Amino acid sequence: MICVIDYGIGNLRSAQKAFEYIGANSLLTSDATLIKQARGLVLPGVGSFGRTMDALIKTGTCDLLKERIEAGVPFLGICIGFQMLFETSDESPSSRGLGVLGGNVEVLSPKVKRPQMQWNRVEVERDDSILFRNMDPSPWMYFVHSYAPSPTDLRSIVARCNYGEDIVCAIEQENIFGVQFHPEKSGPAGITLLRNFVDKVSG
Amino acid sequence: MKSVRIIPCLDVDNGRVVKGVQFLDLIDAGDPVELASYYDKQGADELVFLDITASSSNRDTLIDVVERVGETLFIPFTVGGGIRTIEDARRLLRSGADKVALNSQAVATPSLITEIADEFGSQCVVVAIDAKRVNTLDGEIGPNTISWQVYVKGGRQATGIDALKWVRECQARGAGEILLTSMDRDGTKSGYDLELTRQVTSAVSLPVIASGGVGTLSDLLEGVVIGGADALLAASIFHYKETSIQQVKSYLLDHSIMVRH
Repeated sequence: MICVIDYGIGNLRSAQKAFEYIGANSLLTSDATLIKQARGLVLPGVGSFGRTMDALIKTGTCDLLKERIEAGVPFLGICIGFQMLFETSDESPSSRGLGVLGGNVEVLSPKVKRPQMQWNRVEVERDDSILFRNMDPSPWMYFVHSYAPSPTDLRSIVARCNYGEDIVCAIEQENIFGVQFHPEKSGPAGITLLRNFVDKVSG
Repeated sequence: MKSVRIIPCLDVDNGRVVKGVQFLDLIDAGDPVELASYYDKQGADELVFLDITASSSNRDTLIDVVERVGETLFIPFTVGGGIRTIEDARRLLRSGADKVALNSQAVATPSLITEIADEFGSQCVVVAIDAKRVNTLDGEIGPNTISWQVYVKGGRQATGIDALKWVRECQARGAGEILLTSMDRDGTKSGYDLELTRQVTSAVSLPVIASGGVGTLSDLLEGVVIGGADALLAASIFHYKETSIQQVKSYLLDHSIMVRH
């Protein structure tokens, strides 16, 4: 069973609907018992870095998520859920992220329109990527964001996109997966990516 | 790189699409979910549903449509029409809409923009602006100056508010995107009001969806090149099958405008 973490803000239904569509056993929940039993965890969402962390703390899921990620449970962070994996963010300097990955989340270049609210071509850089299996090497994905992470460990990067500058838009590191775009809103390519994550969870 | 979004707009009345339905021979009689799926297959980048009746009795019908769209369609979609409170917005977003479009109520209660943006994020707050050309506006703008006035209630009621002033206020209050419709051009197929589009895209840093007046492929191109639009909304040309989304995209690509393809 995959738990899509419900931390009460934003529109979190669409990610879970995509898993339902794939046929994966998934639940939208913040229930600690269920999260502990989950074989896969998904942190979706939109919103600010600080506000999301506050919501995770409030729902009691912050420490639990860290514990499960460290225990090796496959984890997929989407958009703000991806950014939460890192230590800090330009967006909310007084908040700390989950910090399971090193690095800061940086504001996009002032040369471009912010947020990036559009489809963009993603350049997959690693042949061994799990998320981008069975996909065009430059799939189009839908983005809505003003910030993007700058991971300290460059080996974790699997894909970038160009938006005024090269932006890290997907990472994979052991059981940790993260994407800056919204696969649940990226049509068939996005569905394939989520299915690849489900296969990883089941496999 | 910037890529332009192509957005078909579906007007929904009591759970049915009402614009151009009779011309869509291949599509069943205006079921919004089927039409949405048809446009998705054609390569639409996003969809907009406007509930044009928006009476409270039809609310449940709309919610049902939104839920059904969200179950099968995995591209972003916006729902507008009759959103008066944060609870209306919450219900639509919880049902699966990605964004809500505010129009009359944003003018009546501008704090609603901020309220929804604070709760769900700016990215899901679209402010729809219906603007009409005026030459003078109660002495606020001098003669011989083009300006645009905001209309509400489906274009039936003038507000006396200058469109450029309003769009800046929307941005300041936390809107994430502007859906700009030229009332002068809407339905005329004589092209977007490019001057209006240019002025609005220059006035704010928010993404702007140009709407109202598209008749030809070059109208769409001009919306981007001259108007500076980030996204192009059209209804008639798609509903009446005068062109397909693929045709629009090929044309734009041929003219060096990047689109998802």
